[in-house]
Amino acid sequence: MSAAGVAESLLALSQQEELEDLPKDYPLSPSEDEEDIDGERKHQKLLEAISSLDGNNRWKLAERSEASLKVSEFNVTSEGSGEKLVLSDLLGPVKTSSSLAAVKKQLNRVKSKKTVELPLNKEEVERIHREVAFNKTSQALSKWDPIVVKNRQAEQLVFPLKKEQSAFAPIEHVLSSWKARTPLEQEVFNLLHKNKQPVTDPLLTPVEKASLKAMNLEEAKMRRAELQRARALQSYYEARARREKKIKSKKYRKVLKKGKAKKALKEFEKLQKENPTAALEELEKIEKARMMERMSLKHQNSGKWAKSKAIMAKYDLEARQAMQEQLARNKELTQKLQAASESEEEEGDVEEEGELLVPDAVNEIQMDADGPNPWMLRNHSSGTKEARIQDPEQLPEPVAHETPESEEEERPGAEEEILLNEFEERRSLRKKAELNQDTKPVSRQEPKDSSSQEVLSELRALSQKLNKENQSGKQKVSSARTVWVVQRKDPTEEEEEPLLLQRPERAQTVEDLEELGKEGCFQNKEVPRSVLEGQQLERNPNNHPGAPKEKKKKEQMIDLQNLLTMKSPSVKSLAVPMTIEELEDEEERDQKQMIKEAFAGDDVIRDFLKEKREAVEASKPKDVDLTLPGWGEWGGVGLKPSAKKRRRFLIKTPEGPPRKDKNLPNVIINEKRNVHAAAHQVRVLPYPFTHHQQFERTIQTPIGSTWNTQRAFQKLTMPKVVTKPGHIIKPIKAEDVGYRSSSRSDLSVVQRNPKQLTVRHKKQLKKNSID
Amino acid sequence: MKVKMLSRNPDNYVRETKLDLQRVPRNYDPTLHPFEVPREYVRALNATKLERVFAKPFLASLDGHRDGVNCLAKHPKSLATVLSGACDGEVRIWNLTKRKCIRTIQAHEGFVRGICTRFCGTSFFTVGDDKTVKQWKMDGPGYGEEEEPLHTILGKTVYTGIDHHWKEAVFATCGQQVDIWDEQRTSPICSMTWGFDSISSVKFNPIETFLLGSCASDRNIVLYDMRQATPLKKVILDMRTNTICWNPMEAFIFTAANEDYNLYTFDMRALDTPVMVHMDHVSAVLDVDYSPTGKEFVSASFDKSIRIFPVDKSRSREVYHTKRMQHVICVKWTSDSKYIMCGSDEMNIRLWKANASEKLGVLTSREKAAKDYNQKLKEKFQHHPHIKRIARHRHLPKSIYSQIQEQRIMKEARRRKEVNRLKHSKPGSVSIVSEKKKHIVAVVK
Repeated sequence: MSAAGVAESLLALSQQEELEDLPKDYPLSPSEDEEDIDGERKHQKLLEAISSLDGNNRWKLAERSEASLKVSEFNVTSEGSGEKLVLSDLLGPVKTSSSLAAVKKQLNRVKSKKTVELPLNKEEVERIHREVAFNKTSQALSKWDPIVVKNRQAEQLVFPLKKEQSAFAPIEHVLSSWKARTPLEQEVFNLLHKNKQPVTDPLLTPVEKASLKAMNLEEAKMRRAELQRARALQSYYEARARREKKIKSKKYRKVLKKGKAKKALKEFEKLQKENPTAALEELEKIEKARMMERMSLKHQNSGKWAKSKAIMAKYDLEARQAMQEQLARNKELTQKLQAASESEEEEGDVEEEGELLVPDAVNEIQMDADGPNPWMLRNHSSGTKEARIQDPEQLPEPVAHETPESEEEERPGAEEEILLNEFEERRSLRKKAELNQDTKPVSRQEPKDSSSQEVLSELRALSQKLNKENQSGKQKVSSARTVWVVQRKDPTEEEEEPLLLQRPERAQTVEDLEELGKEGCFQNKEVPRSVLEGQQLERNPNNHPGAPKEKKKKEQMIDLQNLLTMKSPSVKSLAVPMTIEELEDEEERDQKQMIKEAFAGDDVIRDFLKEKREAVEASKPKDVDLTLPGWGEWGGVGLKPSAKKRRRFLIKTPEGPPRKDKNLPNVIINEKRNVHAAAHQVRVLPYPFTHHQQFERTIQTPIGSTWNTQRAFQKLTMPKVVTKPGHIIKPIKAEDVGYRSSSRSDLSVVQRNPKQLTVRHKKQLKKNSID
Repeated sequence: MKVKMLSRNPDNYVRETKLDLQRVPRNYDPTLHPFEVPREYVRALNATKLERVFAKPFLASLDGHRDGVNCLAKHPKSLATVLSGACDGEVRIWNLTKRKCIRTIQAHEGFVRGICTRFCGTSFFTVGDDKTVKQWKMDGPGYGEEEEPLHTILGKTVYTGIDHHWKEAVFATCGQQVDIWDEQRTSPICSMTWGFDSISSVKFNPIETFLLGSCASDRNIVLYDMRQATPLKKVILDMRTNTICWNPMEAFIFTAANEDYNLYTFDMRALDTPVMVHMDHVSAVLDVDYSPTGKEFVSASFDKSIRIFPVDKSRSREVYHTKRMQHVICVKWTSDSKYIMCGSDEMNIRLWKANASEKLGVLTSREKAAKDYNQKLKEKFQHHPHIKRIARHRHLPKSIYSQIQEQRIMKEARRRKEVNRLKHSKPGSVSIVSEKKKHIVAVVK
C-alpha cells in the first residue's frame, strides 16, 4: 500500500487515542504507573497499524477480556458521555418515519409494563419445596393410621405377621455357587468329571438321563401296566397253587393224579401221531421207569415204612389205605404198558373187553373161593368206592376198575360231580349225627362211634353186592352195553339207596327227638308244678302228700322268704341299739353338764354384749371440751367451771352415720380401716380406669382355671404378643396389609381414601399417642 | 324292695386312648370355690416373686475385640450371625449359637464408624475414619483368597454413619451431608444438606423405605425424602441427639436417643411434641433399637446400663447392667425379639434375654399355660402395692442409684421453683410448659 494510506491509518489511530481509551485486557495491575501503560498501548497500536498495512485486517475488534461496564458490542463506548440511554431518545427519531409504527407500538407497550418481581431467594424456594414434600409424605403416611390403631388395640398379635412358606432349596441350587478350591477337592471333582458322575444332582448320570428321555411317557405307562398285570397274575396263580396245595382230601389228590396221567397219555398219543420217534423215546422212558421199579422193589411193601404200616394196618384205616395204594402203584408200574393201550382199545372194541372181563371175574370167583381175604373183608366194612376201584385184588376188576374208567372217559366231569355229591352227603350226615348227638345224648346210647363214613361205606358195600349180583346175572346174558347202562344207573342207585336206608333211621331219630323233647318238657314242667305244690303245701301244712323233692322245695322257699325278711331285722335290731342310744344321750348330757360346770362362771352372751357396747362407745365421735378452769372465775381445788361456761366451750361433734351392726345383735362390725389389710389394698384408682367400680370388677372376675372352663381360661390368659422362637420378624410391609407400597417413582402420593379414617379412629390414635 | 345303684356312664370318665386328656368333671359353681380374689392375689404375688427369683437375663459375653465396640449389625437372614465393628478398625462376625467369632477383618484404619448389612444378607458395608466406604462379602474368602473388600469408595470427608435401603441396592452415608449412593457407582446419587454440621447417624425407614432420618450435632433431627431429594422437616431439641431408630411396625414413629438422658418418641407428622418422653437413664443415651414387634425398644447409655422401654410408657420396665460393663455404645434387639446384644467400651459384646425371667427352650403346653396365667395375674394385680413393689425392685449399681436420687432432688427443686414462680407472678404471665414440650426448641420447616 501507499504511504498515504499508512499516514491515514496513523491519523486515525491518533484520533482514536483522543476519542477513547479502550480498556484492554492487560495483566498489569492498576497500581502501575499510567504513563507506562499508555506508552505500551501506543506501542501495541503502532505495531497493529503496521501489521495491518497489508490491508487485510484493517479493523480489528477490540479484545474483551475483563469484566467492565464500559463494554459495547460495536466497540462503541459510552465513556465520556456519562449519560444513560433513555428510551425516549430512541423514540425521538422514530416519530418522523411512519414505517416504524410497529416498532414504536412495541416499544410503547414495553414502556407501559411494570417491572417483574424479583425471584424468591434460594432458601425460601427450598423451604417451600420442603413444605410441599413434607405435606405429601405425611399424607402418604396417614394411610397407615388404621393399621397402627388396629395393631395397638389388638387382643393378640402373632409374629411374624406373614406366614412364610418354608422353601426347600434343592442341594444343587445351594451348591451352584460353590467351587472346588483346595487341591483335594479339585482332585475329587476331576475324578467325578472323568467318570461323568453327577456332581450337583446326585441321582442320575447322563446316561441314565438319556435313557429316561428315550422312553416316553406312554410307553413307560404301558410297560408299567403290563408289569402290573403280570405281577397280579403271578400272585393269583401263587395263591391258587397254595390253596390247592393245602387241600388234604386224598380223593382230590387221586383225581388230580389221574387227570395228570390222562393228560400225559393224551400228549403221548399226540406225540405218537406227530413225532413217532419222540413217542418211542418216551415209551422207552416209561418202560425204563417200570423196569427200575420192578428192580427196586420200591413199592413192594417191603420197606421200613411199609412194614411199620403193615403193623399199624390192623388198627388204622389210614395206614391200611396207604398200603393198598402202595400196592396198587406197584402193580401199575410193574404191569406192562399194554394196559394203557387196552384202555384205548376199550372204546372201540367191546367184545375184546368182554373177553378180558371174563377171566377177571373168574379170578374173582376163584379168589372168593379161596377164602375171605383179610384185606377184602376189611375193605367191605370200610373201603370207599375209590379204594375199591383201585384195589386190584379184592374187587371184581372188570366191574370196579374198568367201568368207572369208561364212565370217566365219557364224561370227565362226572367223577368230580360225584365226588362233590359225596362230600355234601357226608357233610349233611355228619351234621345230622352231631345234631342227634346233641339232642339225645342219653337216649341214643348206641353211639355213632364209627363215624357216619362207616355207615355210608356199609351201605355202599351192600349196594355193590347187589350190583355184583346183577352183573353176574346179566354178564353172560346181556351185552356189555346193558351192563354199562346198569352201571350208569349205579351211582344214582347208590345214592338213592343210602338215602332209602337212612330214612327209617332218621325217622327214628326224629321220634327219639320228639320223645326226648317230651321228656325234657315233662322234666321242665315238673319243676314249676312241684314248686306250685310246694307253695300249696306251705299254705296247708297238714295236707302232706309227702315227697322228698317237695321238702327240698319247701326249704328253698323258706330260704327265699328268709331273703325277703332279711330286711325286717332292722325292726328287731332296733331293740338293741335303743339302749345304746340311750347311753349316748346320757353321755351327751354328761358332757353338756361337764361343759356347763367348767364354764359356770362365764356368761359369754353378756360378755359379748358388753364388748359390743364398748366398741360402739369407742367408735362414737367424742365431744371436745375446751373449757379452761380458772379463766374468768375463781379456780382452785374443788372448784368446777360453771355449767354455762362448760356449755359454751363444749364443741359437739356431729353424729356419724349409723353403725352397720346396729340391727345385728350378735355381730360386731368394725368399720375402722384395717392397717394390715390396707397394705395389700390399692390406694389410688390406677390410670386407665375411670371409676373405682370398674377397677373392682376387673379384680373380682377370676381368670384361673379353678373358676373358668378350659376354653374361657385360655381366652382370658391369651398373651398379647406371641412370637415364634427362631423366626425372623420382618418389618410390616404395605403388601402384607393390602396397600400398594410406595415406590421411588410414586411422587404424586395421594392418599387412597382420606375419608376412610373415621373420626373415631383419629380420636383413638390421638389418645394413644397421648398415652 | 328297690335298690338304687350308683351308676356312671363310662363315657364320662374313661378316655379313649392313653394320649387323651383325663376328663376331670368340675363344678364351676362359685359357691364351691370361694375366696377367688384372695386366692388369685396370692398366686399373683407368688408369680411376681418367682419372676424376680428367675430373672437372670445375662446369657453370654463375646470377647475378642481389642478395642471398644463401636457399632453392631444384625444379619437380615440369619438369627445366629452378628457383625461388630470396633474402635481399632476391626470388624468381627460372630456366631451366637456357638458364641464364637467366625471371622475377623481389619476393615479400616481408625474407628469403624458404621456398619450395615445388605437386605439380602450376602454382603455388608462399613465406613471408617479413613474416609472410606467398603463393601464386604458376608462369606469368608475362599481357599487361597485374600481378605479384600468387594468395593472401596474413597470419599472427601469422614463418614460417621451408614445405613442400607430395605429393598433396593441403595445406601446412605452421613458426615458433612447425607449422601445417597447407588451400590454400583463411586459417587453419590444425591447429597442432601440443611445447614452445615456433622451428622452422626442416618437411618432408613423400614416400612416407607424412601424416608430417612438423621441427627446432627447441632441438636437437630432432620427427615429426608429420598425420592424428592429434599429434606422434609427439622426439629431442634435441647441437646444433641445421638441416634434415631424407626419403629418397624408403625411407619411414622421413631425414637431419638438424646444426650439429655432422655429418649423421645416422635410421630414424624407432628414433630412439635413428642409422643412420649422416656426417662430413666442418668447419663447420655448413646443408642436405641426397636424390638421387631414394635412394642418395645432398648436403649444403651453412657451410664453403663441398658434399659428396655415399652413404647407407650415413659419409664423403663427393665434395666440391665453388670459390674464389668462400661459405657454401652451400641445395642441391638435380635430379629426374633428374644435377645438383646450390646457392645460396650470394654471390648465385649454381651447377650441378654429380652425377658429377664423367661425360660429358654421349648415349653410344654402346660408350662405355656402356666406362664400365660401367671403373666395375666401379674398384669391384673400390678397396681397392688406389695406386688408393685416386688415387680419394680431392681438392684442398681451405686453410681446409678445415687445419681437417680440426685436427679430426683434436682427435678423436684426445679418443679418447686416453677410452681413458686407461677404462684408469685401475675396470673397469665407465667405458664407451665409440659414435660413433652419442654425439650423441643423449634421445628423448622
